[in-house]
Amino acid sequence: MKLRRFIVVLLLLAAMVGVQIFLRATGQEFCLTQLTMALYYALVVIGLGLVMGYAGQVSLGHGGFFAIGGYTTAVLTTRDFSPFKDTAWVGLLKAAHVFVAKEDLFGAQVMVVTPWAAFLAAMALTAVVAVLIGYPALRLKGHYLAMATLGFGLIVYKILLGSTVTGAADGITSVPEWSLFGVLTVSGKTALRVQNYYIACGLVLAVLLLLQNLVHSRVGRALLAIHDRETAANAMGINTASYKLRAFVLSAILAAAAGVFFTHYTGGIGPSEASALKSVRYVALAAAGGMANLWGVAVISTLINYLSLRDWFGSYDNAVFGTMLIVIISIAPEGPLKPLGMAVRRVFFRLRPSGGKPHGAA
Amino acid sequence: MGSGDLILQYLLSGITKGSIYAIVAIGFNLIFSATGVLNFAQGEFVMLGGMIAVTLSFYVPLPVAITGAVILVALIGCLLEVLFFRRLRRHSIMHMVIITIGLSIVIQEIALHLWDEKVRSLPYFTGKEISSVAVFGATISPQVLWVLGTVAVVFVLLHAFLRYSLQGRAMRACSSNPEAAMLSGINIANLRTLSFGLSAGIGALAGCVISPITMTQYEMGGPLAIKGFAAAILGGLGNPMGAVAGGLLVGVLEAFSVSKLPAAYNDVTAFAVLLLVLFVRPQGLFGSPTGDGVREF
Amino acid sequence: MALLEVENVRRSFGGLVAVDKASFTVAEGQIKALIGPNGAGKTTLFNMVSGLLSTETGQIRFRDRRINGLRPYQIARAGIARTFQNPSLFLQMSVIENVMVGQHVRTRAGIAACCLRLPRQQREERAIRDAALKQLDFVGLAPLAEASAGSLTFGQRRMVELARALATDPALVLLDEPASGLNNKETGDLGALIQKMRGAGVTVLLVEHDMSLVMDISDDIVVLYQGTPIAQGPPSAIQNDPRVVAVYLGDDQHLS
Repeated sequence: MKLRRFIVVLLLLAAMVGVQIFLRATGQEFCLTQLTMALYYALVVIGLGLVMGYAGQVSLGHGGFFAIGGYTTAVLTTRDFSPFKDTAWVGLLKAAHVFVAKEDLFGAQVMVVTPWAAFLAAMALTAVVAVLIGYPALRLKGHYLAMATLGFGLIVYKILLGSTVTGAADGITSVPEWSLFGVLTVSGKTALRVQNYYIACGLVLAVLLLLQNLVHSRVGRALLAIHDRETAANAMGINTASYKLRAFVLSAILAAAAGVFFTHYTGGIGPSEASALKSVRYVALAAAGGMANLWGVAVISTLINYLSLRDWFGSYDNAVFGTMLIVIISIAPEGPLKPLGMAVRRVFFRLRPSGGKPHGAA
Repeated sequence: MGSGDLILQYLLSGITKGSIYAIVAIGFNLIFSATGVLNFAQGEFVMLGGMIAVTLSFYVPLPVAITGAVILVALIGCLLEVLFFRRLRRHSIMHMVIITIGLSIVIQEIALHLWDEKVRSLPYFTGKEISSVAVFGATISPQVLWVLGTVAVVFVLLHAFLRYSLQGRAMRACSSNPEAAMLSGINIANLRTLSFGLSAGIGALAGCVISPITMTQYEMGGPLAIKGFAAAILGGLGNPMGAVAGGLLVGVLEAFSVSKLPAAYNDVTAFAVLLLVLFVRPQGLFGSPTGDGVREF
Repeated sequence: MALLEVENVRRSFGGLVAVDKASFTVAEGQIKALIGPNGAGKTTLFNMVSGLLSTETGQIRFRDRRINGLRPYQIARAGIARTFQNPSLFLQMSVIENVMVGQHVRTRAGIAACCLRLPRQQREERAIRDAALKQLDFVGLAPLAEASAGSLTFGQRRMVELARALATDPALVLLDEPASGLNNKETGDLGALIQKMRGAGVTVLLVEHDMSLVMDISDDIVVLYQGTPIAQGPPSAIQNDPRVVAVYLGDDQHLS
């Protein structure tokens, strides 16, 4: 089991590095920009894979969480708080390095929140919203839960679209870059393109590893048990409501974190990130990737989103997306990677027939 | 115009919108009852109905164009069931729902490429754009009466069909207990096809009658499907009366929130009320708490 | 001292009274059987004890603590485990993972600890696996530990479900028709196993239709008829009780 995971991680790493080297060699490094964005979107889909594939719940509102994350950081890091600088709480927060003074585009002195503080605020806000929505919504089942989460996403979308603080239909632009630690900076600058690609890769890989650990633990078993037979899980001592909520909040936080990184990377965010279309797309990608197969979910969603972002299919983009969805789910409801992986393993074990058995078994 | 008249005006506009949501919700319910799946392509049937009727109306008289569109879309509905759902019985509900999402996207794109992104509309069935009728002191377009009349007739006919015809009764039996229905010799596969056809046809009819008011465009299906979904859930899945009540409620809420809130927020009220209702009554207003509407995927 | 006390419990569905005026106790270390014709309310009673159904009147106490009104998972945590009439294993998991779920109530690692594989969580995980293996061994299915739960026979599923219940370290196990669907040999093994469980300190309350099994292994029997206990006592007394005979032979006259 552990060896297998090690091989998968190695393969993914090789693929990530290989893609970058290939693109550099062929002079197409500009493609890394869309790949980086696709990786951030993949984070949302991976989180949904946890909720759908393990806890057995559906959320058509994750675009809303992505937007809450992105907009929180966009508003906090671009809005000038200097009019409030004499109030006590701002002074206090300033001492804690929450605020930073800088010059705006026109050379005026402004005071904005630092990206790290904005990130933490976004996470906290998302957690609160996710609990408030998830607590009542997760008592709903099936289509009712789908509608409730869809409704939540639409409310977020409409509020973003109608509020001046969030820039209404234009969204927010000129969000500053985010210097993570030392030389690592989340930024859309061309010079930092490769670095940012690896930041996104690292983030996705880290999240995958953490979630893999999670699903192979008592929490993961509890979630799967709920998915399979909620009554029996409850009778076995699993607080089903609490675990569903925790998985939901965790995935909401992942979506929001993706939104924060995405916003600093692209330098802005618009209301369409919260649209029903986006949320539906995330769910569809999670399903097409095989839901419980988080590796597959990550690969499929990165690939498909990348092709869309590169405008690979031109005006047929949606048509191709829809067709792929139908084909993948009709033919391989557990995701295309699983049958593929099985085939590979079959070949592998035919070469080494004793490979599958533990030591001393033969 | 007094404030009472104004309220009446909003109410009427809400009822008009609401009756469209209701008819989409009825379409959802029909397929849901027979298959357990919410068909997200329901809004696309409405769009296709309008589009095909507009095209046909260039060649044939309006009533023939509408009849043709309804029949054609109903056939498309049957075809989708046979092509995609009949062979996928073993897939989970969630997977089937996602396939309907895929279908909805593909149908939309086909419509975009078959027609274009232009807004079209059928002519007013009676009178012109500017003609109006006075109802209790409010003025409305005669087309609104066509919409309301059509929804009422569809509802009554469907009710009669489900209650009195052999096929309709089989359909109800199938929805409440598929296994027992199968054992008593009902051909479930054909019933499911029928439910898709009926649902598509009803959607197409709705698409025709609203076309003069709301116009028809390739993108109109998505938002309609969402509102219809909201109406079906609000009323309680699988309950046709609930679908009508849910649709009207969503429509009226929308109309009044337009009068009070900035336009950009127009859907917020309706969805906020929907969420509140669900949090208090997880099975919708008229749904049964143990009915098959509330089962897991 | 009584481990479980059921006192004047009632439950109805719509107009149908499923259980009424039900009172009995289960003493620590006992094997107690709940019998009665179909529809007597046995499973309803089980569901109330395990918290899946609420009670309308009366009280259920476990170790002198009132448990009706608690959620099922709280009751499991308190030390009551159960099996179901139709074995309800988690079919997406392997056999050992199913049993490991039973250990859930006795372990603590949270989301963060599990994500980060903290040493404490790793130790706990090993302990969970050991405990699960021990229970699988107890029911004789250790060789199938890594098999998929879906590949098991019906009888094996029952055994895995039993192991899963035992993995919660319960003081009391509720077995809902454990012998139904088993062949004679399997039923015999089950009887031995239940007695072995009691030997290991677990109290057993079972609902069962297989009378020879019930008479063989139980210390005490409650007969339920139309939701109400009509007789209680050791097997020998129950076998000769005219009311019980009447219930099973369908003779209503003896009942009054």
